[in-house]
Amino acid sequence: MNLIKSKIPRKREFRIDEIRNDFPILQRLVNGKPLVYLDNAATTQKPDFVIEAIKHYYDFENANIHRGLHFLSEVATEAYETARLKVKEFLNALSASEIIFVRGTTEAINLIASTMEKSKRLNPGDEVIITNMEHHANIVPWQLICGEEGIKLRVIPITDSGELILDDFENMFNEKTKLVSVVQVSNTLGTINPVEKIISIAHKHNVPVLLDGAQAVSHQKIDVQKLDCDFYSFSGHKLYGPTGIGVLYGKTHLLDSLPPYQGGGDMIRTVTFEKTTFNDLPHKFEAGTPNIVGAIGLAIAINYLNAFDLQDIIQHENKLLEYATKELSKIDGLKIIGTAKDKAPVISFVIDGIHPYDIGTLLNSDGIAIRTGHHCTQPIMDRFKISATARASFAFYNTQQEIDILINSLNKTIEILK
Amino acid sequence: MTIQKNHENIINEFSNLLDWDEKYKYIIQLGRKMEPYPEGFKTDKFKIEGCQSQVWLYAKSENGKIYFYADSDALIVRGLSAILVRAYSGFSPEQILSVKPDFIKEIGIDNQLSPTRKNGLMSMLKQIYDYAKVFKIINKQ
Repeated sequence: MNLIKSKIPRKREFRIDEIRNDFPILQRLVNGKPLVYLDNAATTQKPDFVIEAIKHYYDFENANIHRGLHFLSEVATEAYETARLKVKEFLNALSASEIIFVRGTTEAINLIASTMEKSKRLNPGDEVIITNMEHHANIVPWQLICGEEGIKLRVIPITDSGELILDDFENMFNEKTKLVSVVQVSNTLGTINPVEKIISIAHKHNVPVLLDGAQAVSHQKIDVQKLDCDFYSFSGHKLYGPTGIGVLYGKTHLLDSLPPYQGGGDMIRTVTFEKTTFNDLPHKFEAGTPNIVGAIGLAIAINYLNAFDLQDIIQHENKLLEYATKELSKIDGLKIIGTAKDKAPVISFVIDGIHPYDIGTLLNSDGIAIRTGHHCTQPIMDRFKISATARASFAFYNTQQEIDILINSLNKTIEILK
Repeated sequence: MTIQKNHENIINEFSNLLDWDEKYKYIIQLGRKMEPYPEGFKTDKFKIEGCQSQVWLYAKSENGKIYFYADSDALIVRGLSAILVRAYSGFSPEQILSVKPDFIKEIGIDNQLSPTRKNGLMSMLKQIYDYAKVFKIINKQ
């Protein structure tokens, strides 16, 4: 039985109570109170559909892939490769060989940085254009390559509302510009960036574009052909799938032109002590036994989501964003950091005279999970001259009542701390 | 008062607090009442690395006893550091080194002091014991 093919659910109406029942963890108590999970930008919870599929795989299908000709190895290989096909459909890639399974968005970006350096597509003194709202995962990999001289990062600035200022973007290109690597949706500000425009400008200058889609995949339709991005990356655990699995998409001719990332089993064609020849895409980039069950879990999560009309999910999340923004804005001294017109359901905020750490700690005692800190985006903190924010981020299983609980607890918290 | 008795007092005070709301309110109050941190010592040298909040710890030795002063930009962390200051301040290095920080678990703030909280309190506690070790040697010279 191929789990991914057989687990395709019937189309479902968007009924929030039923959806919440799909997620076992949402039924639990924290500190004696019902869990209010508002840290979805960090990771999303998993539906029982995914959890059961992982157990089913280990109960009935576990074997190593691409190696044995015995029954289980074939079953496992087929499941893994079906997962790749599922991701190919999800991103609307041209071919399944353009889908590389990695550990997550971070590894995807490191893979591109490392292989572009190895193949001398990036040399010391070359330039990569990023934005002021990148996650550290799209800053540090570029700083780690090309030795002492390193790569020069050109940074697209942002407005006070957290939107990109693209006026000077065209002028940032020169003969040393080798890549544009930008975040599609900001994990801290929630801003949805105009990546189509960025891609079309970069392509006018013959520069490829890598998108960090970690925060985008769960909130909008991704079509890599329509976007015409050259590379796309995301993490499974932010799409209701397991941790430890992610995806790097790349256009075939670009992936073909890059050397292997790591060496090991499965990525080779022939090995002698003198010379090794490498396997074709996508296996060239998947050395060693991959995260088989992670890939399957991710594919099942995509199946689960496909049962819904994406528009229903987007509409529900937008309502949550709108309601939470309205209610939070009523709180005296509270300032939302990131007020772009086009936003994903992520709200970062600061409150006059109160440290985010205190807010997070007191909300936690009411069973509410939010994130506090710099969210791995220190340059954003510098830009807004703050050291940290509190951040509530929503998923399609969150409710208006949960926002009410957040607001009540927040008012109580302020009372205690003021 | 012995350092053991001092720790017992802290445990007793917390045993009257019924829920976490009460506990946090009390912790915040302790932070507010803490003796002000001496001027001029809020420097990197006295800063304890935490991830989310900043914490400072200063210690001085007078007549064979160590006096601790702490501060933080987060109220709860400040309050928790006030508990540590109260637990160890005004005792000799020998007395400090003779007790284990068991009261932390007893009053239920051990999860706040776990290394994964990254609020610097775990390091602060270690620092208090380190100060005691150092002053013990200095006092003997």
